[in-house]
This record gives sequence, C-alpha cells and structure tokens, in this order.
Amino acid sequence: MFRNITLVSAVALGLSAGMASAEGAVVHIEDHAFAHEGPFGKFDEMQLQRGLQVFTEVCASCHGLKYVAVRTLSDEGGPNMPEDQVRAYASDILLPVTDPVTGEDKPRSPNDRFPMSQFEGAPDLSLMVKARAGFHGPYGSGINQLFQGTGGAEYMYNLLNGYVDPPACAPADQEGYYNIAFEKGAIPESCKNEEGHSTIPGSWIAMPPPLSDDLVTYADGHTATTAAMAEDVTSFLTWAAEPKMMARKQAGLTAVIFLSVLSVLLYLSNKRLWAGIKGRKTTV
Amino acid sequence: MAGIPHDHYEPKSNGEKWLSKRLPIVGLMYDVLTFPTPRNLNWMWIWGIVLTFCLALQIITGIVLAMHYTPQIDMAFASVEHIMRDVNGGYMLRYLHANGASLFFVAVYLHIFRGLFYGSYKAPREVTWIIGMLIYLAMMATAFMGYVLPWGQMSFWGATVITGLFGAIPGVGPTIQAWLLGGPAVDNATLNRFFSLHYLLPFIIAGLVAVHIWAFHTTGNNNPTGVEVRRTSKEEAERDTVPFWPYFVMKDLFALAVILAIFFAVVGFMPNYLGHPDNYIEANPLSTPAHIVPEWYFLPFYAILRAFTADVWVVQIAEFVSFGIIDAKFFGVLAMFGAIAVMALAPWLDTSSVRSGRYRPMFKWWFALLVVDFVVLMWVGAMPAEEPYATISLIASAYWFAYFLVILPLLGVIEKPALQPATIEDDFNAHYSPSTGGTKTVAAE
Repeated sequence: MFRNITLVSAVALGLSAGMASAEGAVVHIEDHAFAHEGPFGKFDEMQLQRGLQVFTEVCASCHGLKYVAVRTLSDEGGPNMPEDQVRAYASDILLPVTDPVTGEDKPRSPNDRFPMSQFEGAPDLSLMVKARAGFHGPYGSGINQLFQGTGGAEYMYNLLNGYVDPPACAPADQEGYYNIAFEKGAIPESCKNEEGHSTIPGSWIAMPPPLSDDLVTYADGHTATTAAMAEDVTSFLTWAAEPKMMARKQAGLTAVIFLSVLSVLLYLSNKRLWAGIKGRKTTV
Repeated sequence: MAGIPHDHYEPKSNGEKWLSKRLPIVGLMYDVLTFPTPRNLNWMWIWGIVLTFCLALQIITGIVLAMHYTPQIDMAFASVEHIMRDVNGGYMLRYLHANGASLFFVAVYLHIFRGLFYGSYKAPREVTWIIGMLIYLAMMATAFMGYVLPWGQMSFWGATVITGLFGAIPGVGPTIQAWLLGGPAVDNATLNRFFSLHYLLPFIIAGLVAVHIWAFHTTGNNNPTGVEVRRTSKEEAERDTVPFWPYFVMKDLFALAVILAIFFAVVGFMPNYLGHPDNYIEANPLSTPAHIVPEWYFLPFYAILRAFTADVWVVQIAEFVSFGIIDAKFFGVLAMFGAIAVMALAPWLDTSSVRSGRYRPMFKWWFALLVVDFVVLMWVGAMPAEEPYATISLIASAYWFAYFLVILPLLGVIEKPALQPATIEDDFNAHYSPSTGGTKTVAAE
C-alpha cells in the first residue's frame, strides 16, 4: 500500500509542478514540431543561419540580444558559421560599440555582445524563449510540455503567426495590433463579459506584424513565407536563449546510459550479496 | 536502553594502537560502517542516502557556482547568464544545482512520510525526529534564499512576499522584516545577506545531519515492523540485523544509481521544467508578475498560508479573542509555521502503542488520506487565490491539522491493532524462505 501511495504522489508531484497559468487573456498555443525538440533533437545549422538573417534584417531594428556574444555564432551546436564570416558580420553589419576608454565608436568585434534594444518598449530577446515557457496545459497539468515539448519556442512561433483581423467586439480606435497568441496585452472592455473575463482569444500587442511573405531574401535560396521565417527566427532565438542545448542533451544522454548500466550491475551485485542472507538457514 | 550488541574495532598494529589512544577515528568509522541494521528494511529506507548525496551535490556545485556569481543587484542576473554561456560546464553546474534542490525535496518528503507511516518518530527516536525537522526548516530557508540569488522576477517578488510574512507579526514584525531585508525593501543589502546565508546554512545542515545520524545510531534504525532489534545477546541481535557494510551500502548505491538516472534525464532533457519561466526575466521592482508562485516544494505550506482568509470563522474568532492582534494575515503565518510544528510534535501526539502503520488497520487509511491531502495542498498552492481553490485549500489545511491534533491522539485509544511479529527475524523469514536461496515466498505489502 505504501508503495502505491508513493507512486501516486510521485506522479501527482510531477503534474502539480508544471502549473501556474490563468492569466487575463486566454490563448491557445498550437504545438509545433521544431528540429531541436526531444532528447535527440538537434538544431538545424542552416535554419539557425537563416534565423540569424531574419533577426538581423527584421527584429534587430528594435530588439537587442545583449547576453549573446557574437563569437558564439561560430560555435558547434549552434549556427556554426566560419570565423571570418562572423568577424565580418560583427564589424560590417552590427552597430559599432563605444570604446569605454576613448569614448569613440569602433567596429564591433566577435568578442563583443550583440547590441542592446533600440527602444525601451522593445524587450531584449536573449532569453525570451525561456521566459515565455509559462503555459502548462491542459488544465495546468504540464502534460503538453512534458510529452510534446510545447514551450517558449511554440509561444514565439504562434505569436509571429498570430496576427489576425481584430474581432467585431473591439472598437475601431483600439491601440495596438490584435494577436491571438499574445497573453499580456490590453483587452478592450467591450470584449469582456460581466465577470470581467475576456471573451476572445489573445489580446492587443504594441508590436506591428513584423513578418510578411518574401520580406527576406534568404542567402541559401530557401522560400521565405511568413511561417517559414517565423520558424527559422524562433529556432535562432531558442539557440540564443539556450546556446548549450546540444552539449547538455549529449551530456544528459551519456549520464543516463552510464547510470542505467551501473544500475544493472549494482542490481546484480546486490542480489548476489543478499542471496546468502535471504537464503540463510536459521535456528529458531 | 543499551545499544545493539556488536563487534567493535580492535587496533592491531602498533601504529593503529598509537593513533587510537590519541584519536579513535578509525574505530568511529568502523562502528559507523559495521552498524547492525535491521535486515528487513524495505525500499523506503533508501532516502537517507539520497539526501546525503543531495547535500554533497549542492555544496560542491554551489561552491563552484559561487566562484562565478556576483551578488550585486545590477550584475547578479547577468552573472548567472555568464555562468550559463561562458563558464566551462557552467550550464551543467547551474542546472544540477537548481534541479538538485528539487531532488533534495522529493527525497526529504518521501523520507518524512516514511517516518510518519512506520512510526519512526516514536520513542525512543523523538530526538532524531526533532533534528530532522530542524534540518527540513534549514533546507527550506536555504532553498528560499538560493532562489533569490539569480535575481529574476520570481526571485525578487518571492522575496518580497515571504519576508512580508514576518512583517505580519504584531509589534515586532516590521522590525524583523527590515532586519531580514537589510532595509525597507528587497534591495542590494537583501541580496548580499541572502548570498552569505545561503552559503552558510548548508554547513549548519551538514552538522545537523551528523547529529541526526548520531541519534539514530544510538537508538538503532526503525524498520517496517516497528519491532525493536533484540539486544539480550549478540547472537540474537545478529539474527535480526546485518552489518550496514556491505549489505545496505550496496542496496543504497543501487537505489541511488536508479534515481540519478532519472535525475540526469531531467537535467539533460528538461532542466527548466520545474522552474518558473518568469525567473528568466530580470527583477523589476516596478512590474509585479500576474501570479507570484513559489517553487513546487513550498506549495503545500503556501496553500495553508493563503487558506485562512478574513472570512473564515476560525480566523474571526481568533481576531475577536485576541482583541484584533491576530488578524487574517498573521493567522495565516501562524498556520503555516503551525503546520510544521504539529508535524514536529507527532511523537507526543500519537498515542498508539504500536509503532508501524503496517499493523494499524485504521491508521493506514487516515495516513493515505494525509498523503492525498499533501498532494492536494501542493496543487491548490499553485492555483490562483479564487474559488473553488480557496475552499479546497481550507478543507485540505483543516485535515492537515486534524490528522495531527485529533486523529493521531484518538486512534491510539479506539484502534485495535493487528498482530505484530515477535521479532524482525520472524518477519524477514516470513518474506524469504530460509531454504530457497533468497526466493520471495510472500509478496511484500
């Protein structure tokens, strides 16, 4: 009986851990299969490089990436770009940095970090994917996150694809842009019921729709639909938030295999050791 | 009560004799390793080793993390990102440390509930139990302060809410709160002292663990039957026990390896699953998160804290009787600490003469309900403070107190216990035939 209780509570512990939702706006985040998901998922280098291109040409005009060092673009398990290409990218494409000693601008080097956000209203994107993993459906159980890998990447992908025509309940002069995946924005009173709960999915976001078909001409000739660009830039930002993900999964896999083999050996040793005790004749 | 009779270390060579006269450290280690341990311990007796491992893991990873961390409010968050991105293996150190805290609490809760079921808290092991409760309190303080260090949104707002609890104490509250914070609000002084104490407390825990082990090595381990090891002669004691080394060392190592395989799967594949995503947003005193939720291991007691609102009649009576000194906020604080205090008092609240829940037909069901109650409290603790969660948390909190204050004292009087085995040896042989080489003859519970 004790064993059953232990099992049940262990399962329940795992479930309750993933809960913490019920914000103002109701959003439904559609799961999306990214290449990096699951214990064996890997970042697609070409996709990360395309994502970097979208970030550079679109996002970077407002958003920063202040925790990411430019040199890490040539890291294995990341975009894995050639070092001379990264050096050229840092000095020619990115904004210059101010020398702390002379106070003069100088070209950015790979050892510098990406620039900060250009506007106060535009949040830094370094950790955005990890900071937006906070929906744990269904019913706060965390099952979607546990078994489908639904997390911050899905949120960003849904958000970038979430711009639709505003619902009829909204006034014409409502500020911002209606997005069905945005959780923390404003909702006009006319779109709420008597209890003050929203009757529509999503809310209004200050960011105008950033992507449109063929906005970017990919260097590798890949087709640039809005959905494709959203997936590419989301993958890039997932890497930016968790640059050591590949190394981490590799280490985790090695540890799990090692400990599983060790467990089997210890089990057999333990069984053999105790056989003498468990089978010992006793005089009562 | 005399200790369990067993062989002691005899120094043989001249060098050993020389050292033994001056410092009997080899003898101490010998006695610890060969300690006679009840041979019928089941798989719920592995958590002590897991907990010891967790403490070592947390101290080692923590010391290295502290080498790269900056306890200053403008740099703390960035220094954690520096650890995650630039320090060799830093991401692994941090994920081991963060998830290590979760493993620590999983193990401590299972360890505590094992003690509650098998009556490990009962005489003569009350001191072991009380020290265990002190360790648990120190663990909670350490975990709470550690969670503040990354200086994310939940760090900041969690610190604000929890230190605010102390402010609810009438009279001295605000002074205590300011003393904890090092100022009027959560700021650099708070971060600095939390860092200092977060580094100190684990060593106090290590000292308490040594006393905890000392205490139960004096009384001997409890076991699933709750029947004591026979102490009349060494021969009889040896039929109830086996030496800790190698039998339980091997068993515990096996269990630890299995648990670590699961632990590394979490660290490797889903290291942020148990954390709150808002803590990847740097602390901002001007922006309050929609829901401030503590880490999962605090949720049951957080639920009890929030359960007692001003419209609950118990709270209203307390406020009336105390002439308004005990308001709803202070009542919640008292309830939260009281929930742990009643657990610590279990040795004196449980009136049953039978130690193990295995032989207590009514107790079993009330205990099962307590486990369910704990899980329910954890769930409602994560939910927003609105209906139906408020009512559920009130009922669940009431059961927690009723179990310790009403059910445990009453059961000892009204319950008719089942027959216990005369000795540990009888119990062991009933499960394992003495002649078939360790084959199980009766299914364990």
